Amino acid sequence: MEAFRKLTATAAPIQIANIDTDQIIPARFLKTPRSTDHGQFLFHDMRRGRDGNLSEDFILNQKEFKASGILVADNNFGCGSSRESAVYALHDAGIKCVIAPSFGDIFYTNSLKNGLLPIKLDRSIVQAIWKALASANSSEVEVDLESQTMNMAEAIRKRPQSVIETTKDQVTPSDKKKKMKYSDFIRSKQPTVPAKELNESLETTLSKIRRMYRNGKLMTFREWAEEFGEILDALG
Amino acid sequence: MSYSEPRTLFEKIWSRHEILTRDDGVSLLSIDRHLCHEGSFHAFDKLKMENRTVRCPELTVAIADHYVSTSFPEKGNEVEALRVPIEKLEINSKDAGIRLYGVGSKEQGIVHVVGPEQGLTIPGITLVCGDSHTATHGAFGCLAFGIGASEVAHVLATQTLWQTKPKTMRININGSLLDGVVAKDIILHLISVVGANGASGHMIEYAGSTIRNLSMEGRMTICNMSIEAGGRAGMVEPDQKTFDYLKGRKHAPKLKDWDLAIKDWKTLATEPGAIFDKEVTVDAGEIAPSLTWGNSPEETLPVTGYIPSPEDEADISKRETLEGTLEYMGLTPGQKLTDIAIDRVFIGSCTNSRIEDLRSAARIAQGKKALVPAIIVPGSTLIKKQAEAEGLDKLFIDAGFEWRSTGCSMCVGMNGDITPPGERCASTSNRNFKGRQGPGSRTHLMSPAMAAAAAITGRVTDARDFS
Repeated sequence: MEAFRKLTATAAPIQIANIDTDQIIPARFLKTPRSTDHGQFLFHDMRRGRDGNLSEDFILNQKEFKASGILVADNNFGCGSSRESAVYALHDAGIKCVIAPSFGDIFYTNSLKNGLLPIKLDRSIVQAIWKALASANSSEVEVDLESQTMNMAEAIRKRPQSVIETTKDQVTPSDKKKKMKYSDFIRSKQPTVPAKELNESLETTLSKIRRMYRNGKLMTFREWAEEFGEILDALG
Repeated sequence: MSYSEPRTLFEKIWSRHEILTRDDGVSLLSIDRHLCHEGSFHAFDKLKMENRTVRCPELTVAIADHYVSTSFPEKGNEVEALRVPIEKLEINSKDAGIRLYGVGSKEQGIVHVVGPEQGLTIPGITLVCGDSHTATHGAFGCLAFGIGASEVAHVLATQTLWQTKPKTMRININGSLLDGVVAKDIILHLISVVGANGASGHMIEYAGSTIRNLSMEGRMTICNMSIEAGGRAGMVEPDQKTFDYLKGRKHAPKLKDWDLAIKDWKTLATEPGAIFDKEVTVDAGEIAPSLTWGNSPEETLPVTGYIPSPEDEADISKRETLEGTLEYMGLTPGQKLTDIAIDRVFIGSCTNSRIEDLRSAARIAQGKKALVPAIIVPGSTLIKKQAEAEGLDKLFIDAGFEWRSTGCSMCVGMNGDITPPGERCASTSNRNFKGRQGPGSRTHLMSPAMAAAAAITGRVTDARDFS
C-alpha cells in the first residue's frame, strides 16, 4: 500500500448511480492472482461497446481522462459483491481516490485496506463538482489529506469527508482573497435551503413525529417519505 | 452484568464479541465461524506472503460453490482455468487443516445454504465469509456479514476482525400476505422502498408478524438480499422455528449442550422499547408479486406494473442513468411488464434454491411444458437428494426443465453457466446488475414460482394466473 499526503490528479466525473463491483470488474476476471495487473480489467465491459471495442462515450477512454487519478461518482459506488478485486482494478489503473455521495459498505472497507481513498460528500456538493469539472479549463484536482481539503483550479475549497455538513463555510483566511468561499460557490451554482430554515423545518418534522408516536399512530415508510421527503432531499 | 436500557438482538451479540474498542471507536470482534470458498485464494495467498498461519482451522469451513460446474460436477469444472480456484481451495484447506466440503462431498453446496443445513449457523454467533450474501445466516439470529479479501486474511490469521459498529435499522412487516406473495416478493418490495443504499452503514433487523410467520427458508431469502438494500447484515430473532430447524443438524449443539444453547438463545431477542437508529414499517398487504425491470434491485415493480419513463425523472443524472438502463435492458417506457418476452430461466442461487423454493416452482411446472431453456440448480447436494426423493427432478424434466447439480451457477457468471449477450433471463438470484449473469445479459429477478411461470409462457407472468 502506498500512502499519500497530497494527491494532484485528473478527476473524471462518472454520473451514474449504483455502479456495482461487477461493473468495476466482471466476475470472469476474479480468478486472476493479485500479482497480475488488474488495471486492464477496470470497467472492462462498461468501457466497451457491443462490438467489444473501446467506446469514446466512456469517460476514461477519452484522451483527457485516460490518466485520471480521481473519480467523482454518484450514489452507492461499489455496491454489491464483496470482491476486493474491484479495488485492485481501480488501484492498478492509477485511481487513488473516489469521491461519491455514498459507497457500498464492503467496498469502502476494502478501499481503505489498499490505499484507495473513498471520500463521502453530500450529493449536492458532488453535483457541484461535476458542474465545475464540466465548465473548468482543467480537470486537475488536488486532495490534501492532512488539511482535509480539496482544491479545484478556480473555485472549490472545502473540507471533505464526514465533517463537511458542519464546516461548509470554513475557509482558511489566507485563501479568502484568491478563492471564492465554498458556500458562495454552491449558492451560485444552485439554490439550497439555508441552514436556519432547514433547522426550523427539521424541528417541525421532529415534533410532528413525536406527536404521532404519542398518539400511537405508526406511519408506513411510504407515508413517512411523502411527509418528510422534501426535508430529506434538502439534507441530501 | 446488568443493563438498564432495553437492548437489541444485534447489541447483545455485538457486546458478547467485542474484545476491545480503539480510541477512534473501531472494535475488535471475535469471530465464531468463518466460511471460505474458492474466492478465498486471495486471502490464503496474502497469508503465505506474510508468512502467517491459520489461527483457528477448527472454526473455519471451506465449501466449493462459485466455480463448480453444474453440468460436470465430478470434475469440479470441465474448463481447466475454472478448475484452478477449486483446486486452490482444496490445497489451502488441506495445508491449514480446514474442514472441506468440496467437489464430490455429500455436504457440498452453496456456502449460504450449507452453513445452516449443516448446523454451522446457529443463533448468537458472529459468522463471516468473503461473500456479500453472508447476511443470509442472520435468519438464525446471528451476526453474519460479508467481508473482503484483506479481512478474510485477517480472520484467518487472528480469528478476529476490526469493525466499526454499524447503526441499526428495524424493518417491521405486519399482517397477512396476499395470495401468491412469497418471501422474494417481500424483500424485492422492501429494497424498492428503502433504496439500494437505504440501509448503508446499518445492520437490519426484520421483525413483525409477517416475518415471524415465514419459514426459515423464507427468512433466509429475506436476510440474503440485505446487501441489496446496502445493509451488510440482516437478522431475525431466533424462535421455536429456528430451534426446530437446527435440532439434530450435523454441527449443531447436541444433548446437554443443546438444552444449554436453547436456554441462551431464548435470551437473545430484542427487548421491548429497544431503540433503533431507523425504523421502517411496511404493511404486508401492500406487497404484490414483484420483479425487477432495471439494473439495480431497487428497480422493482409489481408484476401488474409498467416500465417507467425517463421523462418523468427531474434529476438529469438520474434521467440519463434511467435511459441507459432501458437501452441496456431493451425495454420501452410504458411497456407492460407481462409483455416482456423471456429467453431463459434460472432457478437457483443462495437466495432461492432451497427445498421450499423447488417445491413452489414444481407446483407451477407440473404437467406443463417449458417454452424456453430453463435450469433448476438445487442449493446443495442434500437438497438435490431430497428433491429427487420427492420426485421433483422427474416432474421438472417432464416439464422440459434441466435438472442440474448444485453450485452458484448462473447467479454469478463465473463457472460456465451464463446468459448469452442480449438474452433476457428470468432469475431467482439476487442481482440484476449489467453483465452479472454474463456479458450483455439482461436479468429480471423474481420468485421461483414466477420464474417457473415465465419458463412455461416465455414471458413475464403473474404466477397467480396458474393457480
